[in-house]
Amino acid sequence: MSALTTIAAIVIISTLGGWMFRFAGQKGSQNAPYFRDMPYGVAVGYVLGAIVLLWLAKTYYLGTTLEAPASNQYFFFVKAINLFVIFALVAYVFRIFGRHVGTAGTKKLFRAMPVTAAFGVMIIIAYAVTAIFAGVIAPHGQDQVFALANVVPGGDPALGGNPDFPLGTDQIGRDILSRLIYGAQNTVGIAFATTLLAFFIGASLGFLAATLGGWVDQLLSRAVDVMMAIPSLIFALLLMTIASAWAGSEKGILTLYMVVIIAVIDSTRVFRLARAVGQSIVVMDYIEAAKLRGEGLGYLVFREILPNATAPLLAEFGLRFCFVFLTIASLSFLGVGIQPPLADWGTMVRDMSQFINFAAFAPQVAVAPLLAAGAIALLTVGVNFVVDWMLHKSSGLKE
Amino acid sequence: MIKIRDIHLEGRSDESWIPIINGIDLDLKRGEVLGLIGESGAGKSTLGLAAMGFARDGVRISKGSVEFDGIDLVNAPAAVKRGLLGKRIAYVAQSAAASFNPAHKIIDQHTEAPVQHGVMSTKESQEDGMELYERLRLPNPTEIGFRYPHQVSGGQLQRAMTAMAMSCRPDLIIFDEPTTALDVTTQIEVLASIRDIVEQFNTAAIYITHDLAVVAQMADRIKVLLKGDEVEEADTRTMLSSPKEEYTKSLWAVRSFQRPAKPAINTGATPIVSVKNVTAAYGKMPVLFDVDFDIHAGRTVAVVGESGSGKSTAARCITGLLPPINGHIEFEGEAMPLDYRRRNKDQLRQAQMIYQMADTALNPRKTIGEIIGRPVQFYMGFTGAEKRKRVDALLEQIELEPSTYFNRLPSELSGGQKQRVGIARALAAEPKFIICDEVTSALDQLVAEGILKLLADLQDNLGLSYMFITHDLATVKSISDEVVVMKDGRVVEQGPKAEMFQPPHHPYTDLLLSSVPEMDPDWLTDLLKARGVDNIGDAAVGKM
Repeated sequence: MSALTTIAAIVIISTLGGWMFRFAGQKGSQNAPYFRDMPYGVAVGYVLGAIVLLWLAKTYYLGTTLEAPASNQYFFFVKAINLFVIFALVAYVFRIFGRHVGTAGTKKLFRAMPVTAAFGVMIIIAYAVTAIFAGVIAPHGQDQVFALANVVPGGDPALGGNPDFPLGTDQIGRDILSRLIYGAQNTVGIAFATTLLAFFIGASLGFLAATLGGWVDQLLSRAVDVMMAIPSLIFALLLMTIASAWAGSEKGILTLYMVVIIAVIDSTRVFRLARAVGQSIVVMDYIEAAKLRGEGLGYLVFREILPNATAPLLAEFGLRFCFVFLTIASLSFLGVGIQPPLADWGTMVRDMSQFINFAAFAPQVAVAPLLAAGAIALLTVGVNFVVDWMLHKSSGLKE
Repeated sequence: MIKIRDIHLEGRSDESWIPIINGIDLDLKRGEVLGLIGESGAGKSTLGLAAMGFARDGVRISKGSVEFDGIDLVNAPAAVKRGLLGKRIAYVAQSAAASFNPAHKIIDQHTEAPVQHGVMSTKESQEDGMELYERLRLPNPTEIGFRYPHQVSGGQLQRAMTAMAMSCRPDLIIFDEPTTALDVTTQIEVLASIRDIVEQFNTAAIYITHDLAVVAQMADRIKVLLKGDEVEEADTRTMLSSPKEEYTKSLWAVRSFQRPAKPAINTGATPIVSVKNVTAAYGKMPVLFDVDFDIHAGRTVAVVGESGSGKSTAARCITGLLPPINGHIEFEGEAMPLDYRRRNKDQLRQAQMIYQMADTALNPRKTIGEIIGRPVQFYMGFTGAEKRKRVDALLEQIELEPSTYFNRLPSELSGGQKQRVGIARALAAEPKFIICDEVTSALDQLVAEGILKLLADLQDNLGLSYMFITHDLATVKSISDEVVVMKDGRVVEQGPKAEMFQPPHHPYTDLLLSSVPEMDPDWLTDLLKARGVDNIGDAAVGKM
């Protein structure tokens, strides 16, 4: 019942408060256009937002003042708020940095950038650096097994941690920090390569189908329909099983097979988008003008159509990248993806997933699998922020 | 009735607010029609909407007052405005096809406002709708409402929309360019209907248009706008006979552009382009029947007709985009391959095209330099400094400063400038023949005149031949040497301009010519009298 009364109270306060807020605004500002034209819903939104902010502040205060942080129910909440504030500040500083350092071009870019995009750019740079210099940064090797298994993250001996392993170790005693760092190299690198390949295949064929039309379009589109009719994960699994039989003990080749298989399966989605976008572009007069000029197919596709299709394709790239990422993680869990001694975030989450159950009474223990999941989530958010901004910029949308 | 005082409107652009209307006063009495004219971007539509106390998304009324029958519309609560809009104030949008909901029958959309406002019951409103359709001279008034919007023609839909605006017998109607998207022959029906119904119900109206001749027929008073400022206001006859401001005079003078007549064609000369007995079809649907005309060196042939008459299709046959099923196309006496894919570079170079919509004719992601430079490189093989020199020369030819415009994107240009770039791209191929497909119909009159002058100059200097596709007879008068009149895929009549504009005409040419609005405010009245009042448009076409 108490939850119901709370909800009822919030609804009543925000509906009444919204009206009062707008009314006060109108009277206080002598009917300024901002308050005069404010829809009622917006006014309610302001009040609702204020309530949520108050609640956040209250919970955060509770979380930081409670004793016994080990079994603190607000542990993750406090950490999340802390991280959010820290990330926002760092992104803000990063943008200021970008505005004053670098060439005139990058300075101009940063001046027009919202904080979210700056955050995304920063995350992507950080991941890229981590991935490239993984061997230098990581304190231990990714397949190095230590005697101490299941060390709790935090590095505090009183809580079962160990200063040598700041993020603890997994069930068989591998350093989680090192594996996270190497995971950037394996997971991100492979996912990126796969997505690029998927886009190359899907976009070229999609534009080709849109430009040529007729039987080429029919053939390609129906083939794609058939591929899309099979559930993608099952299809990937099937092909990977065949591929692992072919690869035998060659683990490197198997990874290559995986890249190609996921790329081909994902390229069907890209094909559909590229074809749809391409079809709306090929009817434009400038394409007709180029055709009448006698331009070849390559020029039409890559010089006339592609520059006009970058915005939707980029947005799709951000999304597709995350899906590819998850597909690789799923395949790794099922044993046919990235092979065991190599660290991979998806595998790490699945391996340690049972620790998540400890979150309620031993939050520190549950941190380990969440770190790998957090690494995936952070990159996904970062990539999408950047893609959103690029979309906004290239579409020329106002507000 | 309506009283607007010192109204200011602002539009949002990124973070700041940019003024659109800077303090305009407007008064309107019951039964009076005010014409608002100006170029695109002058703020006509914004002002029209502001008269309803309404501002589009991203636009706000920042200062001033709008009083409708004593009610302050700017500060009125939304509930009060809801009670007025649709009931006492109605709006007729430019494109009826886009404004009707395609999923509902016309009559269902018609009855919505009266029922919502509690003026009538659904049944009463339906009967009233039929009566209105009859007054607006729609065919089958009892039945037409039960069709879906796509089942009636554009002109009929525009009249149905006017009927819908009338459904609650409003005191004020705002017409936002209601006939701009229509053909001249259809335009007359709509104009006459609107004028009648406004008179019958003694409704006040604001009529927004950029066509001076139209406003002359419709309005009692005219207000001229320029970039958000009022230029002048006077009653229609005074305004037409003695405009005070320079800008108004220049608007009035636009239609005076006229090229000197050229000597008659030497009968023995081989035409640049000759279309011989061309019949063409889209799939199985025939659209051109036995079309036959010649275009001679240095001449402009205007191809005129309503939409759907096959003028653009004829152009597509010449360029080879739509290979004809019968007949052939000759360039300087030689037969051309019918499909553009089988023509060689030099044959393709000979015939260039300028499009109606410069927005879609220029790749938005390429700079002006790239757009014009491509054909220079492609056909002439120029690269580097040589190419740059040629592009600069072309930009000078179209009267754009090369250093300023070379690196700009099409979106950074005005409509007229974009059209000029389209012309430069055609010129870059150094063709003998250019097809101009409605090149001025999307432009304001002053800008359009500039384009026509440029085309005329280029013709004199470079000896170009034009095939000039248009539905605007004023343009035909000013630029053409020969005229081809088309209807339903056939050539109805053709000949030198001087002959075409002298009677006797083919009845269809006659209808077209007489349908072009003139600046004389009595023109519509006289014309309707001449045709018989109940016999406008539809009937005249049907008679043929």
